[in-house]
Amino acid sequence: MSATGIGAAVRRKEDYRFLTGNGRYLDDISLPNQSYAYFVRSPHAHATFTVGIEKAENAPGVIAVFTGADIVKAGLGGLICGWVITGKNGEPHKAPPHPLLAVDTVRHVGDPLAVVIAESYAQAKDAAETVEVDYQPKAAVTSPTAALDNSAPQVHADAPGNLCYDWEIGDKSATDAMFNKAHHVTKLELINNRLIPNAIEPRSAIGDYNSGTDEITLYTTSQNPHVARLVISAFVQLTPEHKLRVVAPDIGGGFGSKIFIYSEETVAAWAARELKRPVKWTAERSESFMTDAHGRDHVTHAELALDKSGKFLGMKVSTVANLGAYLSTFATCVPTYLYATLMQGQYTTEAIYCEVKAVFTHTTPVDALRGAGRPEATYVVERLVEQAAREMKMDASDLRKINFIPADAFPYQTQVALQYDSGNYAGSMDQALKLIDYKGFSKRKEQSKAEGKLRGVGFSAYIEACGIAPSAVVGSLGAGVGLYESAEIRFNPTGNVTVFTGSHSHGQGHETTFAQLVSDKLGVPFDNIDVVHGDTARIPFAMGTYGSRSLAVGGSAISKAIDKVIAKGRKIAAHTLEAAEEDIEFKDGNFTVKGTDRTMDIGAVAFAAYVPHNYPSDELEPGLDESAFYDPANFTFPAGTHACEVEVDPDTGVVDIVKWVAADDFGNIVNPMIVEGQVHGGVAHGIGQALLEGCQYAPDSGQLLTGSFMDYGMPRADVFPDIEVATQVTPCPHNPLGVKGCGEAGAIAAPAALVNAITDAIGASNITMPATPEKVWRALNAAG
Amino acid sequence: MYNFKYQRASSLDDASKAAAAAEDAEYMAGGMTLIPTMKQRLAQPSDLIDLGGIASLSGIRRDGDALAIGAMTRHAEVASSEEVKSAIPALAALAAHIGDPQVRNRGTLGGSIANADPAADYPAALVGLNATVKTDRREIAADEFFTGLFETALEEHEIITEVRFPIPEKAAYVKFPNPASRYAVVGVMVCQAKDGVRVAVTGAGPSVFRVDAMEKALATKLSPQAVEGIKVPEDGLNTDIHASAEYRAHLVTVMAKRAVAAAIG
Amino acid sequence: MTVTVSMTLNGKKVSADVEERTLLVSLLRDHLRQTGTHVGCDTSQCGACVVHVNDRSVKSCTMLASQVDGADVLTIEGLAKNGELHPMQEAFRDNHGLQCGFCTPGMVMSALDLVANNPDPSEREVREWLEGNLCRCTGYHNIVKSILAGAKAMRKGG
Repeated sequence: MSATGIGAAVRRKEDYRFLTGNGRYLDDISLPNQSYAYFVRSPHAHATFTVGIEKAENAPGVIAVFTGADIVKAGLGGLICGWVITGKNGEPHKAPPHPLLAVDTVRHVGDPLAVVIAESYAQAKDAAETVEVDYQPKAAVTSPTAALDNSAPQVHADAPGNLCYDWEIGDKSATDAMFNKAHHVTKLELINNRLIPNAIEPRSAIGDYNSGTDEITLYTTSQNPHVARLVISAFVQLTPEHKLRVVAPDIGGGFGSKIFIYSEETVAAWAARELKRPVKWTAERSESFMTDAHGRDHVTHAELALDKSGKFLGMKVSTVANLGAYLSTFATCVPTYLYATLMQGQYTTEAIYCEVKAVFTHTTPVDALRGAGRPEATYVVERLVEQAAREMKMDASDLRKINFIPADAFPYQTQVALQYDSGNYAGSMDQALKLIDYKGFSKRKEQSKAEGKLRGVGFSAYIEACGIAPSAVVGSLGAGVGLYESAEIRFNPTGNVTVFTGSHSHGQGHETTFAQLVSDKLGVPFDNIDVVHGDTARIPFAMGTYGSRSLAVGGSAISKAIDKVIAKGRKIAAHTLEAAEEDIEFKDGNFTVKGTDRTMDIGAVAFAAYVPHNYPSDELEPGLDESAFYDPANFTFPAGTHACEVEVDPDTGVVDIVKWVAADDFGNIVNPMIVEGQVHGGVAHGIGQALLEGCQYAPDSGQLLTGSFMDYGMPRADVFPDIEVATQVTPCPHNPLGVKGCGEAGAIAAPAALVNAITDAIGASNITMPATPEKVWRALNAAG
Repeated sequence: MYNFKYQRASSLDDASKAAAAAEDAEYMAGGMTLIPTMKQRLAQPSDLIDLGGIASLSGIRRDGDALAIGAMTRHAEVASSEEVKSAIPALAALAAHIGDPQVRNRGTLGGSIANADPAADYPAALVGLNATVKTDRREIAADEFFTGLFETALEEHEIITEVRFPIPEKAAYVKFPNPASRYAVVGVMVCQAKDGVRVAVTGAGPSVFRVDAMEKALATKLSPQAVEGIKVPEDGLNTDIHASAEYRAHLVTVMAKRAVAAAIG
Repeated sequence: MTVTVSMTLNGKKVSADVEERTLLVSLLRDHLRQTGTHVGCDTSQCGACVVHVNDRSVKSCTMLASQVDGADVLTIEGLAKNGELHPMQEAFRDNHGLQCGFCTPGMVMSALDLVANNPDPSEREVREWLEGNLCRCTGYHNIVKSILAGAKAMRKGG
């Protein structure tokens, strides 16, 4: 392994600019003659309204005020959902209109209904206060289960009963049969709490119109600029695709929330053309709380049937998922294909049935958030398994072990559509047991007890499906897009390399990881490789970054392009070295005639390609610039076991996490430093969900009660223990790099591990996340 | 925020004259509450009078059997002051846990108590330590200073100049922070001085309050066990998304017990 | 209503005419085009905007530009000298103390104030000091490691 190749913990290329204040985040960009947008938003969860803009139009500095009616008049379409779910009844899901600006009805607090554009941000905000909106407030519903009630207020006239779809997967009768012969059934009522994403950089956009070329450039905080371009062109119909350029520069964290196409950036792009001036919008944090798509929000009844020995016979899951007021871009696939398909967990459960009702409520739209469906699935499976162990009076790790899919059983066809490709679940469990010194737990528990504390241990043996694919399969399941990735490797005549990737980096360090990959495989010095991403005018059409897909799918596309470069280089070298192509070997950046010292390095090959004086011009084009698209054959399946120990203060209910170990299998690893960092961040997100975070709405008024960092508990540095990370490698068998993905693992694994530890400590069968001190204290009191 | 006229006062006299002349003046000390409030457009003063330039308002000095702390003294200065750490370590410790380091570098004693946030820490210090608030007009006993939710005995444009903390025999402050804002869900200051024991509670109610039953019990014996069985009534305590009144009442007892243990420890 | 604010920014005298309601962070970003200092919230909690005013860390979103008239202000742009990273910046790079980089300037500026007050902090002290700085990417693990390493390098005079 070289110091900068695959497997090396290389320091990141991008860090110098971030550490010196030279990152170029969206709000750092200002264009000449730029104007500023401020959106008028509903203070009500549900209301009809009329709007008057005359005063605002005449306020100081105001350039224009637009309402929903102006958008309609302009002939723009609304926002769309890119995945159609077919329900039990064979019908497609209900997809009510999602206007860019509300026209006569607002459906959640923060729903935008007008935009004021002015010379300065302060003037736009001042003038927005003079927009006269006459609201007729209506009854609202925020809870997903309440939304299904016959008497519930209706969110959309064309979604009766607030139902978007009622969907199922698995074999119901086979599952019932398993339950009929069960020795024991464990049942749990589980709530997967609603989360607010809170990337530290708020969303932002600048629309810029070039009257000469009729091209709109949209700078936006996007994880997938081409998807944004496609939606805004093909569905909103703002302008044809070739007339819209979308640029996503340095992005300050996404976690899913910047996948989606939102009103604000779309309106900014349109308004820029209307006004022939750049229009900039940057969210205030309070707007982020109200409008960034939220995550999770499931209510679930789950049952696990076991035989006498503890073998899992069957699992039944019934979930109500809250989708919010409108369908966000990928909302519908999250509680279905990214959730129910993971109910197999790591186990040989013989039959599984899962049904999901997705509902509309008067709340912010809900969509993918770090993990997206898989944290919810892991929470169901791993809470059930842990609780079953307690009820069966079996050790929680032993019960898991007797049910694990054996390492030699892959490929393994699950009961819920997926086919797992590889893994060694018992191996990760053993690693976790060792790291946490499970044998010493009872002694530590005694010690804690002597100090007046309650100690508990919890496990989460999670599995995730990443790099969602292949396109043909997701298409048959209702996806409106393909799920490949693109790459281009462009040698410059002087031998350095620009890599164009469809993946987008917003913290993941692609500029480093991808450069390592290229350096390792092509033998070009690491420092001579730059990675370009995030600009539809520079990169090939691409699907972007989400679902831990960047290395597995985007990296594989790069790998394919590398192969093409080597193949062409071999031809050029054969010509130059006057040898047969099949006699040319490529190693460490050198093309060599087998068994001789006749060699030329890849830099010389690139030069020959661009200055083709001595070149096989009759059979080869000049240039060394290869692109590739990669459509995976299957998902990848990262898996592992996380374990943690907590100490609970019985007087206050405060939970102190004293130890956290993560034993993960991500397949091959390119940069272990970056992978560890991804695990830390994911675990922190999951701990946040289990301990601190929870979006709350006032049930009657639909007001957002957790609308700022004052009320929404964000994890801080003092919440966490040192996190110990270990990995094992079972390579992914179907992608060229053998990699699986690591970005979401922590967030998927952590909530179940922590809640299992807390309930173990306090002797309760369940506790609702976030496990706040008061809830823990109450659970302790209830347990007596 | 809305626009306003900014004035930097160089003396107390300067400040009160400016305030009197303005349509709707607001004094600014550290600005740690006022600026966020104005950013949210919840306050709209015509004139903002910055007290930051009045040197006489800052400083910590020993004044006989008391510590006198200027109103514009920053939390970080109180937390790190050797004078405070040796005379009233509980006060230095309390100041060291207000907000975050950046708030402590800007926020002031006078600004904090004038704002009288129900979840602020300083009110418990003032009432628990039986402090006296000095203003440009008079002296006000801490027991009379805090009059309700965000309410104090201050009159219009009255400026706090100093707070005088009698040096206790023993004292300690223990708080239970809100997991989101880190303000006090409940904070209890226990203090034993020549004239008796005081127990002051912040965070739990609309304003800081004393717990008579605990004070009586601790006067007999200053031990954690003395307060163990004493519960404050839930009625009138705060209930919000972070803690119910019932839980807050419970925490008052737990925090008081811990404060006593720390005070005698 | 505008005021002229003059200050020393990263060792250079600068001044700008701004509306009186202008925040320090807006003076830096919008008027002086020093965009390394970021804004991540509107309630003074995220700490992405931390800078030093007269050698103390403050949240530049919670100070008025007027308040720094005559002051000495240091931002993330003022740390590296001649392209050489400050030891604290270097420590963040060595220890993967940043991912998306958005909270990073505030983290570094906050860390420097900690080390100025406490040259040899414990891990617990670092974690508690970071109460006013939010990060969504790193779980703080490597930020804490970076600050400990940065403090060590600074003690050595690195």
